[in-house]
Amino acid sequence: MHNAFALRSNWSKRVSVVAIMAVLLGLFTGFCFTVICVIVRLLIVIRSGSKCKPGEKGPVCVLIVAGSGGHTTEILRLMESLSQSYSPRHYIIADTDKMSEDKIRTFENSKKDTGSKGQFTIQRIPRSREVRQSWSSSVISTLNALLYAVPLVFRLRPDMVLCNGPGTCVPLCAAGLLLGLLGLKRVLLVYVESICRVESLSLSGKILYHISDYFFVQWSTLKDKYPKSIYLGRIV
Amino acid sequence: MKRVFVTVGTTSFDDLFERVTSPEAVQVTRGYQHLVLQVGRSSIFPDSDSCHKLTLEAFKFKDSTAEDVKCADLDISHAVICLETLGAGKPLLVVFNGKLMDIHQLELARQLHQDLLYFTASNLTETLRTMDLSVLSPFLPRQPNHFANFLDKALGVQ
Repeated sequence: MHNAFALRSNWSKRVSVVAIMAVLLGLFTGFCFTVICVIVRLLIVIRSGSKCKPGEKGPVCVLIVAGSGGHTTEILRLMESLSQSYSPRHYIIADTDKMSEDKIRTFENSKKDTGSKGQFTIQRIPRSREVRQSWSSSVISTLNALLYAVPLVFRLRPDMVLCNGPGTCVPLCAAGLLLGLLGLKRVLLVYVESICRVESLSLSGKILYHISDYFFVQWSTLKDKYPKSIYLGRIV
Repeated sequence: MKRVFVTVGTTSFDDLFERVTSPEAVQVTRGYQHLVLQVGRSSIFPDSDSCHKLTLEAFKFKDSTAEDVKCADLDISHAVICLETLGAGKPLLVVFNGKLMDIHQLELARQLHQDLLYFTASNLTETLRTMDLSVLSPFLPRQPNHFANFLDKALGVQ
């Protein structure tokens, strides 16, 4: 009687162990499957850029990432060349940036004078990374910026994100990519590396090179190193 | 009256301002009478009578330094804002702050060595004494329409 009880208890222990292992294996397989699906979906979305032509349906809504100092100057020079078909324009600046807002308003007011209509807004998000900030705290501050970037991009639903290198652009581009990943809207990512970058890309450039739809460099040395990039000479 | 405009954008560069207002530098820039300094975030702020032989004007920031760049006969700039000074068609000296890891600015300066001269703050006086601005040629012009045309075509803009 005692032996039979011991046997049954051993048997039920083994069944529990096998059941737990089966559940864990099931979860693990499910997880791997989900990851593979996400990666495949990501690749599909990234490669669909050239088919996306928002200009055919009307004005192109642009989200413009304005970093501090020289970045803002360069991005406004790019915006100068674009026609009034690029509207509305949403400028995103870092919360600690004090000077970009004035530069943007001056630029937009000058556009009004030339009869170019279209609206613009200026929005602020937390800065992803200060210059020379350490890696570990950069990851945290970038994730924090992402928490703001995702609802912002989901609300604005731009056709295109235009950026040129400040840390602020990484969470915003990631949010744009997420919008596409979820099938809500395909957001084109357009990156223009600064003219000051001759032989190496900025950190943002290195990250965004692989996911941008149109990645511009302004020196032929970079075009050689990054074949997927577009080189049109000096555009800023 | 010949003017020199020294600018550092939003950065801080105390070394540069100390050297440019030093008696040695003033001595070698005999041809120039007016010195304008945009000090940015530097902690040094020279007052207008710190240089006896030059008239000096200093400020931290301005909405736009385009006028100062245009009116100057020589621009001395910290590399981060070389873009605005390059487009003005004025002789430009670019200075590197050795404390910042701005290797990419050095790469740019090497690339543009025909259009500007470059040096660190320590050999400023030497460069001012020996420089020959007549060898400089204008920086390659920008063509933003190439960007606009490309993007219009890619996005199907009518």
